[in-house]
Amino acid sequence: MTALLWTLAKVGAALGFGMNWAAFLGWVERKQSAVMQDRIGANRADILGLRVIGLFHIIADPIKLFTKEDFVPAGVRPAFHAMAPAVSLGFPLLALAAFPYGGTVEFLGRSWSLQPVESPVGLVLVLAMVAMGIHGVVMAGYASNSYYGLLGGLRGASQMIAYEVCLAATLAGALFLYGSLDLAEAVAWQTRMIAGVVPAWGAVLQPVGFVLFLVAGTALTKRTPFDLPEGESEIVGYHVEYSGMKFGMFMMTDLIESVVVACLAATLFLGGWHVPFLPVDAFSALGPMLAGPAMACVMVASFTAKVALVLFVLMQVRWTLPRFRFDQLLDLGWKNILPLALANFLLTAWAVYLAKSWGVSPWR
Amino acid sequence: MAVTVRPVTRPERDLAVQVYIVEVLKGLGVTFRHFFVNLGRHAAALAGVKAAPGAVTIQYPEDPPALGGRARTRHRILRRSDGSPRCTACLLCETICPARCIRITAEDSPAVVIEKRAKTFEIDLGLCVFCGNCVEACPVDAIRMDTGDLDIPAMDRRSMIWDLEKLMRDG
Ligand code: SF4
Ligand code: SF4
Repeated sequence: MTALLWTLAKVGAALGFGMNWAAFLGWVERKQSAVMQDRIGANRADILGLRVIGLFHIIADPIKLFTKEDFVPAGVRPAFHAMAPAVSLGFPLLALAAFPYGGTVEFLGRSWSLQPVESPVGLVLVLAMVAMGIHGVVMAGYASNSYYGLLGGLRGASQMIAYEVCLAATLAGALFLYGSLDLAEAVAWQTRMIAGVVPAWGAVLQPVGFVLFLVAGTALTKRTPFDLPEGESEIVGYHVEYSGMKFGMFMMTDLIESVVVACLAATLFLGGWHVPFLPVDAFSALGPMLAGPAMACVMVASFTAKVALVLFVLMQVRWTLPRFRFDQLLDLGWKNILPLALANFLLTAWAVYLAKSWGVSPWR
Repeated sequence: MAVTVRPVTRPERDLAVQVYIVEVLKGLGVTFRHFFVNLGRHAAALAGVKAAPGAVTIQYPEDPPALGGRARTRHRILRRSDGSPRCTACLLCETICPARCIRITAEDSPAVVIEKRAKTFEIDLGLCVFCGNCVEACPVDAIRMDTGDLDIPAMDRRSMIWDLEKLMRDG
């Protein structure tokens, strides 16, 4: 019973994590682009004259989206038209339940895991959920009764298929090191140290894989420079026939997918919740009642900070690069990232084999 | 006549450009530099330290922009020394207006030396493209666009139409 409640609470917290990040990112997106373009950015929403650098736009945006007219054009397929935003947003949100937001802490004589869904195939779950999200895009394009929408949906489908393959391939090298599809075990593996000074994080041991993963991950989120399904200046895209909060849900999907990619990067390449040089029993001096919760807070904070860092970089990339052409996009995926990722995987496998056969392991 | 041909060489892209990673990093360098420099300036301004402004944004209604001396702004109709409008209803401005947003009806003027005057004079500021042609066309310098007033928006199209009385307010 406690286990069930704890799991439900954790899943709820994971969904909240995603939704709050998405709302916050809406603000970050505007402000970060503004500051780097010598502008000020949205700063008009105020409560009783209080503006707090435009933070109230986080509240103002959804109010606006919810109160706008939800216009359904004539000729759409109503069931699919209504379902598409939910499909698009729902699956990436579910993926967030599979991440280890922290390790295991001792509290009240029990050990509590901070991973909502403790699955031995957590990574497959995440990739599957992200891949399912594409159905929302295709469904929206198909249901819209609009050529632009359909084109956007088709572009989205071919882009996601290409980069879904690439994403898995870029992760292969790291997974070969960790020897498990369990995300918690991947983090546990990364808590060791190389020669006692450098944390054995994926980004250190798999730099090529990390960079390729970030590129493929950005492509998967359908954001600039890979925003071809919704290229505003050419076809507007799969959500051209949507308005109000349904449109807002598509916008949120992109942000949630960014969060998922950032969580993946943090978990597999940046050591997840691991804080270097912080021993597991660092807080045992606080006594049994406080040590566990304190450790849990530090773990979650560390994970969140890493996610924030990746999101910051992704956001900066989004506001720096122009959009690719579609043939360039597919070339980049199939002809460049995929071979490089496979080469990276083969090299990793060879190195691990040599290390095993010589009986050395540089990390302890 | 001989045809002159100017050969245009395609820009060479070396490997470093073609790989794109270096170029991406260069671009990110520029945007990150702007980001952190501006962030520092904003922080300095918040802390009360004097620094260069972190943004070029004009906070419009509170802090209106300085207009150039020749800026074309909302129209006005000038008055004669007796207070009546200078306009002689020649319709030159109405004729030249590319947006066709001036509508004038003329009537006989009671003064002997002046033939006509405007009975009604309306400018639809919602249609006006602020080209200034009307000012150039007017033979008696009756219309000018030098009020410096940009605050003309209204809640409906009807109220965007200014009549003679309103236009003469600051004449
Ligand atoms: S400024 Fe140009 S568009 Fe406006 S009223 Fe005068 S002539 Fe017409
Ligand atoms: S051109 Fe001048 S005088 Fe003629 S109608 Fe226009 S404002 Fe009046």
